[in-house]
Amino acid sequence: MTASATAPAKDAARKGPERSTTVVDARGLTKRYESVVAVDGLDLKLREGEIFGLLGPNGAGKTTTILMLMGLTEPTAGDVRVLGFDPRHEPLEVKRRVGYLPEHVALYDDLSARSNLLYTADLNGIRGQEARDIAESALERVALADMADRKVRELSHGMRQRLGIADVLVKRPRLIVLDEPTLGLDPVAVEQLLDLILRAAREEGITVLLSSHQLMQVQRICDRVGIFARGKMVASGPIAELAEQLAEGLTVIELGAEADAAQVADALRAVRGVVDVMREGALWRVRAHGDVRPQLARAVIDRGWPLAHLRLRDFGLEEIYLRYFERTS
Amino acid sequence: MAAALARRRARLARPPVTWRDLVRQPGLLAVCRKELGDQLGSRRFGILFVLILLAAASSVYTASGAIKDALSQAGSDAPPHTFLLLFTVAQDPLPPFYQFLSFLGPLVGIALGFDAINSEQERGTLARLLAQPIYRDSVINGKFLARLATASIMLVSITVLVGAVGIYRLGVIPGGEELVRLVAFLIVAIVFVGFWIALGLALSVYFRQPATAALAGIAIWLFATFFLGMIVDTIANALLAAGAVGDVQGYVQLQDVRMSLARISPNTLFSESTLAILLPRVRSLSFILPQETVGMIPDPLSLDQSLLLIWPQFTGLVALTALCFAAAYVRFMRAEIRSL
Repeated sequence: MTASATAPAKDAARKGPERSTTVVDARGLTKRYESVVAVDGLDLKLREGEIFGLLGPNGAGKTTTILMLMGLTEPTAGDVRVLGFDPRHEPLEVKRRVGYLPEHVALYDDLSARSNLLYTADLNGIRGQEARDIAESALERVALADMADRKVRELSHGMRQRLGIADVLVKRPRLIVLDEPTLGLDPVAVEQLLDLILRAAREEGITVLLSSHQLMQVQRICDRVGIFARGKMVASGPIAELAEQLAEGLTVIELGAEADAAQVADALRAVRGVVDVMREGALWRVRAHGDVRPQLARAVIDRGWPLAHLRLRDFGLEEIYLRYFERTS
Repeated sequence: MAAALARRRARLARPPVTWRDLVRQPGLLAVCRKELGDQLGSRRFGILFVLILLAAASSVYTASGAIKDALSQAGSDAPPHTFLLLFTVAQDPLPPFYQFLSFLGPLVGIALGFDAINSEQERGTLARLLAQPIYRDSVINGKFLARLATASIMLVSITVLVGAVGIYRLGVIPGGEELVRLVAFLIVAIVFVGFWIALGLALSVYFRQPATAALAGIAIWLFATFFLGMIVDTIANALLAAGAVGDVQGYVQLQDVRMSLARISPNTLFSESTLAILLPRVRSLSFILPQETVGMIPDPLSLDQSLLLIWPQFTGLVALTALCFAAAYVRFMRAEIRSL
């Protein structure tokens, strides 16, 4: 009875955010370094099984936030619970359950891939055959089983990053925290790595918190994102929701016309329904009530200017990100 | 809230800490095992081992030659404690074994310790290490213990090796007391190298660059080994020339000051204590006027008396080691993770 009862419950927990438990709960988290406020009154809630992207430019306070969650640095103010434990008072309990991959994955270069994992297992109190089995399956999981006995210095950057993920999985974590996992990887390696994270999270029900400043890369796998700027969370939620909020019910259209800039701007503004017009490189960005592409095209063509480009733009993460930073800066 | 209170109560109600708990400190043994493996397999260890072995072997080899000559000239059987002479006698231009150790021991300690923390910091592995469920102490304690073990393995095996050479060359079998003295000598030597490891460890915490730490370590080594003696002599001579010393009393005081100053250096403490432990006829480590030796029986000291004689020196060495380690420990435990 228990087996059949728990399986759907677990499934439900993964699917329905309303019913899942809270993995990370931070309230008013603040960190001050002498005169600089790195993190300023952060509220963050992570539900079990979700993949949360902490997005923001360099220096926004992402790493500091992660360090506070891990109990690696003391918050100046505020309250945190990770899996129900307070990282300030029970850091070992947190570290036992949370896998953390720091920025610039650093492994022991002169040890083999396997030895690196065995050391991590040993630090987590796992030794002997059990440790070897765990290392083996972690290496298989990241498709490095045939590299197990190579020294880390012989591995490529992408392989090291994958080995870093394997290293995090060794302790069988309930939450994994990845700080800029895709940094410096080529697009193919990024895809591989993200798939790996996605699979691990979904198959084993692991909650993932990843930080990045490369939005386009990570948006694919994130259930929710939080946009972080100057120590503050300026927006958070599913990407579609953020996009809706941002668009304010307006449609955004890209347009390219080869003519005098001032004249084009005036012509576009004159179209009914257009709210504003902005220059973006060689293109124009037009915000309007509803899809006014036919009217815009007519306005350009009627004046005899060649129409080079016309496209309805979705609110992607990049758009969201840029907009929020425009607002805060 | 209630759960948190219960946990807190459980924490407060824990029984007192025992040695067993210290060894079982999460991560201590894991760090220690890994570091020991790294050290023993490193090229650095190989180089140091060969260096010390060559120095020790050549010194003991010539010493055994000199002892053999002296014995055959005297035409008598080997007097007691002949075996220990292997480590204290020298033939020019080589210094005796114990002095070689007082030169090279610091080098071993600094070489083992200078990059213990900062190299992990530089490679970035420290953050990952500290994110594992271990206490921060375990990292520094484990690293220190592993290095101390490495140095012990090195010193013991080299002493046994050259001792064997000596036995073969001299044909003298060490007696029980000599072996105990040799063990005591090894303990003193390990603590001495331990001081330099602790110093190296402290430098590796205070300096971000391993190269800077190594340079600072070598500077301190040179100062303690060579310059401190010269400076102490200069001060003493200046005092003497300035007429600060009028009578015998003053002269004795001056010598006392001079020796006390020299004993700031762990090298002095090491040399004095090893000499007293290896040469049972050393009766005192302080300055003695010839008149005071009148009536002294020129008999070797018994083992316990020799141990008593070196007790202050040994305690000093242990204290200096603890001081250095404490400096490293405090800094390491208090550092912000971002600056690590």
